[in-house]
Amino acid sequence: MTPAIVVEGLVKRFGATTALAGVDLSVPEGSVLGLLGPNGAGKTTVVRTLATLLQPDEGRVEVVGLDVVRDAAQVRAAIGLTGQYAAVDEYLTGAENLEMVGRLYRLGRREARSRAAELLERFDLVGAASRPAKTYSGGMRRRLDIAASLIARPRVLFLDEPTTGLDPRSRLGMWEFIADLADGGTTILLTTQYLEEADRLADSMVVIDRGRVIARGTGDELKAQVGGQRLELTVGRGPDVALVRDRLRPLAAGEAQVDEQTRRISMPVSGGTDALAEALRRLEGSGVEVLDVGLRRPDLDDVFLTLTGRGTEEAESPDAAEQAGREPATTAGGAR
Amino acid sequence: MSALSAVVADSATITRRNLIKVKRVPDLIVFATLSPIMFVLLFRYVFGGAIDVPGDVSYAEFLLPGIFAQTIVLGSTTTGASLAEDLQKGLIDRFRSLPMSRAAVLIGRTVADLGLNAISIVVMALTGLVVGWRINSSVPEAIGGFLVLLLFAYAISWLMAVVGLLVRTPEVVNNASFMVIFPLTFVANTFVPLESFPSVLQTFAEWNPVSAVVQAARDLFGNSVAGAPAPDAWSLQHPVVYTLLWTVGFLAVFVPLAVRLYSRTSTR
Ligand SMILES: Nc1ncnc2c1ncn2[C@@H]1O[C@H](COP(=O)(O)OP(=O)(O)OP(=O)(O)O)[C@@H](O)[C@H]1O
Ligand SMILES: [Mg+2]
Repeated sequence: MTPAIVVEGLVKRFGATTALAGVDLSVPEGSVLGLLGPNGAGKTTVVRTLATLLQPDEGRVEVVGLDVVRDAAQVRAAIGLTGQYAAVDEYLTGAENLEMVGRLYRLGRREARSRAAELLERFDLVGAASRPAKTYSGGMRRRLDIAASLIARPRVLFLDEPTTGLDPRSRLGMWEFIADLADGGTTILLTTQYLEEADRLADSMVVIDRGRVIARGTGDELKAQVGGQRLELTVGRGPDVALVRDRLRPLAAGEAQVDEQTRRISMPVSGGTDALAEALRRLEGSGVEVLDVGLRRPDLDDVFLTLTGRGTEEAESPDAAEQAGREPATTAGGAR
Repeated sequence: MSALSAVVADSATITRRNLIKVKRVPDLIVFATLSPIMFVLLFRYVFGGAIDVPGDVSYAEFLLPGIFAQTIVLGSTTTGASLAEDLQKGLIDRFRSLPMSRAAVLIGRTVADLGLNAISIVVMALTGLVVGWRINSSVPEAIGGFLVLLLFAYAISWLMAVVGLLVRTPEVVNNASFMVIFPLTFVANTFVPLESFPSVLQTFAEWNPVSAVVQAARDLFGNSVAGAPAPDAWSLQHPVVYTLLWTVGFLAVFVPLAVRLYSRTSTR
């Protein structure tokens, strides 16, 4: 089957910043790709290029077999875009927003209205449908924004961090909804910072960092690289850290990570709860004060540590890192 | 759908969207009409006695066409601020990802602002009638006067669209345009006769398109009657032609430029 999305050697620069340094992607028709990466990795830039908002500096970018620069108009008729920040008209009601977008997708008046009603229902916005979007909460705006991108039943859908800012219940609802769409045959490219989310929704994943692909594969393949579950312990006293690491070393299925500052030890293990029980047995009678212990699934941070040797927090764009270096005092405040 | 009917349909959708905002935020229209009323009253009663106007017209008759011009030129600045706001809120990105006409957001914007300007003019004209302004010409001439004013303001809207897409911050767009528009509307025959300017400013004022618009409106409303000395400058002897030249020139330059900027711009 021909891929619905093809990206080859995509390069995008903003002045001196190279946001994308040669990205390759291919998404088969009807499948879901999860695009993962830390802040500043280039996820939004990929999405905006695919959605014809940015022009690539180099490389080939095609959606449903059409070039995003040459055939931009036809590409736009086939796609739906939900950007990272909700783009709804505050003064229009929910229903008016959807009808307007429907009309601009060239739906007839009646069809735009009935599709809008359908989506308001689906996204639990019926009660707010005739209120200006100004009065919506962040989560409601987000849902309205996604509904707008679906109004013309696009063949290809781009979702840039669709669940950021949603509460856990809405997030689950969104996951269900995205899974339904995928079952219905829509090709979806979604970006996220959560490995769990991509794992749950995507048929395959691509991890990018600083504008380059650093890993790709299914969720299982990525996790296999990172190594199954992780055992994490936090101890009460500094000197205990080394002791614990030494005692548990035989259990580790890979390199253990130690954070002296937070007195936390984290290591990949196999064997699940057996490994946890074994770890506790080994610490019995050692006098170590354990504050917190548990097993958890690897997250994006672990993928990053394994693949790049850095956590996601350190992976921000070079200029952000530079800035943090220059003004160390402001890092706590969040200069953005 | 043919290309032309697509542009028309999309522009109509966007115009409707912009007018809904006016309906939801009535302060917009209240202030758009209150400030011209205030101007009419201020100039008529505060400065009216102090300013000598040539010929047999009352100051109210001299003044109103000037107020019309100044108000609608200022009114056109909303085009820039509103586009900057749409850009800031990510709406332009949304529109640019849709299979809609590239010009529709701009046409819908400028047409909605033209509608607001038309409302302002009606309110000012009614206020003017109350304080002594009169139309002393024929109906077609008077209609021509309103059309020349609105057409010129429409052309300025497209200039402001370019400014809005370049400057991108609504507040800055507003301040920047006031800095340009106040001198343009004051160094003109808007509120005082040209003879009262020192000579350098007078030459500028003679060729200032705002003077021509005002002169055209005065001629067409019959507010510049016998007794006034004939103007020296060609621009003021043929104010309608001169105004239309500027209008066509502005549209020819700024429509394509704005559409081009729009197609390239994005929120970040
Ligand atoms: N318009 C722009 N001008 C200058 N630099 C830009 C622009 N857009 C993006 N960048 C830079 O390109 C890089 C990638 O940005 P992008 O927004 O694609 O990252 P992201 O993966 O979406 O990050 P986040 O998770 O924070 O949304 C960053 O270094 C960013 O600063
Ligand atoms: Mg992003």
